[in-house]
Amino acid sequence: MRISVLSGKGGTGKTTVAVNMAFLLGNCRYMDCDVEEPNGFIFLKPRIEKRMQVEVMVPRINQKICSTCGKCAQFCYFNAIAHVNSRVVLFPGLCHGCEGCILVCPQGAIQRDKRVIGEIEVGYKGNIECIRGVLNVGEPMGVPIIRKLKEFAEEGRITILDCPPGSSCSVVNSIEDSDFALLVTEPTVFGLHDLEIAVQLVGKLGIPAGVVINRSGEQDRIIEEYCRDQGIPLLGRIPFDRDIARVYSRGELLADKEEFGGYFKEILANLKGVLPYEAGSNC
Amino acid sequence: MKQVAIVSGKGGTGKTTISSSLSVLAENIIVADCDVEAPNLHLIMGGNDISKEDYVGGRRAEIDPGKCIECGKCSSICKYGAIEGYSVNQLKCEGCGVCSLLCPEGAILFKDKKTGETFVTSCNGTVFSHAKLDIGADGSGKLVTKVRKNAMEYARGGEKVFIDGSPGIGCVVIASITGCDAVIVVTEPTYSGLEDLKRILSTCKHFGVEPYICINKYDLNNDMALEIEKYCQEKGYQIIGKIPYDERVLEALKAVRPVVEFEDSRAAQEIKRMYARIKILLEEDTDDIGYC
Repeated sequence: MRISVLSGKGGTGKTTVAVNMAFLLGNCRYMDCDVEEPNGFIFLKPRIEKRMQVEVMVPRINQKICSTCGKCAQFCYFNAIAHVNSRVVLFPGLCHGCEGCILVCPQGAIQRDKRVIGEIEVGYKGNIECIRGVLNVGEPMGVPIIRKLKEFAEEGRITILDCPPGSSCSVVNSIEDSDFALLVTEPTVFGLHDLEIAVQLVGKLGIPAGVVINRSGEQDRIIEEYCRDQGIPLLGRIPFDRDIARVYSRGELLADKEEFGGYFKEILANLKGVLPYEAGSNC
Repeated sequence: MKQVAIVSGKGGTGKTTISSSLSVLAENIIVADCDVEAPNLHLIMGGNDISKEDYVGGRRAEIDPGKCIECGKCSSICKYGAIEGYSVNQLKCEGCGVCSLLCPEGAILFKDKKTGETFVTSCNGTVFSHAKLDIGADGSGKLVTKVRKNAMEYARGGEKVFIDGSPGIGCVVIASITGCDAVIVVTEPTYSGLEDLKRILSTCKHFGVEPYICINKYDLNNDMALEIEKYCQEKGYQIIGKIPYDERVLEALKAVRPVVEFEDSRAAQEIKRMYARIKILLEEDTDDIGYC
């Protein structure tokens, strides 16, 4: 059972919701798929037990065999190989690993090589399994790490996937095959605009969704009206509260504190009510 | 012509809040919204579109069922699992071309795929370049490059280009910051903010652009703000602004207006001072802004 937490807009409270829900669920898996800027471990503070590097395939051009015909550069759709001044130059960060260059090289001058783009950490906080991916600074693409992370999200435990902001390949790869999407928004014109993007995205992938309004207040109707029109359940609200902001700023959980735990308990209870049946029975 | 990008690492720190105000304060500017996946700046900027174009950012394989002999070579070679049952999954296909290369019947062709739309809008005489990536499309980094290119086409010389960036440190942000004369990194006084700040600052350094830090809502947690200042000092980064938490900003967000239109706002006053420092940076060709 996989529950993705996403938003479209950055900073609406995805990690806040994801880590506090994981804390309340207890025996589950928290997976931080925001490999560019992961934050979840700040709040869960897991004891790290395993670290593994994430490698991607890159071509290695043997310059001694290379005839500089440039067929590889011609083929490469991603501009990862350039044919310049009768030299062939590789830009590893742009390589998408299709291995087309290896196939087209008439000299057999290109071999498969590997390079490290980041790492995955696995740890435990009580009985919560905590997994995250971290992209190396300077690397453009986090998708290979997200794909590797997803291999750890097998059945057996409920997995809460803390997704990146945005709407493109990183998010698609995070939420694919999820059973449910928890959309975290803020009650502003900007929050609504990006919520619409997130709704279209999960709709395109056929994933049922529910909404949580963070920084909830007088303007909630902006979101409520939209949810009503779209038939998307509103699963809870976290109020706009400077005390909540302060606790968050210190890197602390909210769900373990009496004055704030209720908000997340309500979200969890409402979530259980709308989850697809087979999964609901695991909760 | 000088280019300034506004990024953050962490989402929600206030990039668009600040860039919308800078757009109002500055003269002779071109504005670009490079947060192509979740663009917000156009909501404040308004204006009238001068141009709108489809952006073709990719191509997708298509199998001709008339020619396909169902040998399965394509699905076995595809590195992205995009071919199932002799048809191509449009979301998973990356357009690499390998399937077409190997197809014995020449049954696979490529069709250009529209992956977004670009806009150039005139907002009270200011040129504003922005875009919207299609839902779930890839190639957002390339679209960012196109948005910047479109902005440049209106440059006559001497303008400042303000680039509203996106959260993160990957291809979208890299495409937004490369070649900039300065990068304003907007952060917040939280643990998450500091963690993410470190990574975006390293990213700026990696790509040879000079970052200047703005701590937004700094008095929400003075201790954390101090930690951020200490970190910046240790690493030799300059602080270009410290904006206080201000309820007026909430009013501005609600009204969908730039906060500098609220004259009595403390946040607006600091943004104005910050703009003055940015001007020194860009016009006097110095990297010392003499603040903090």
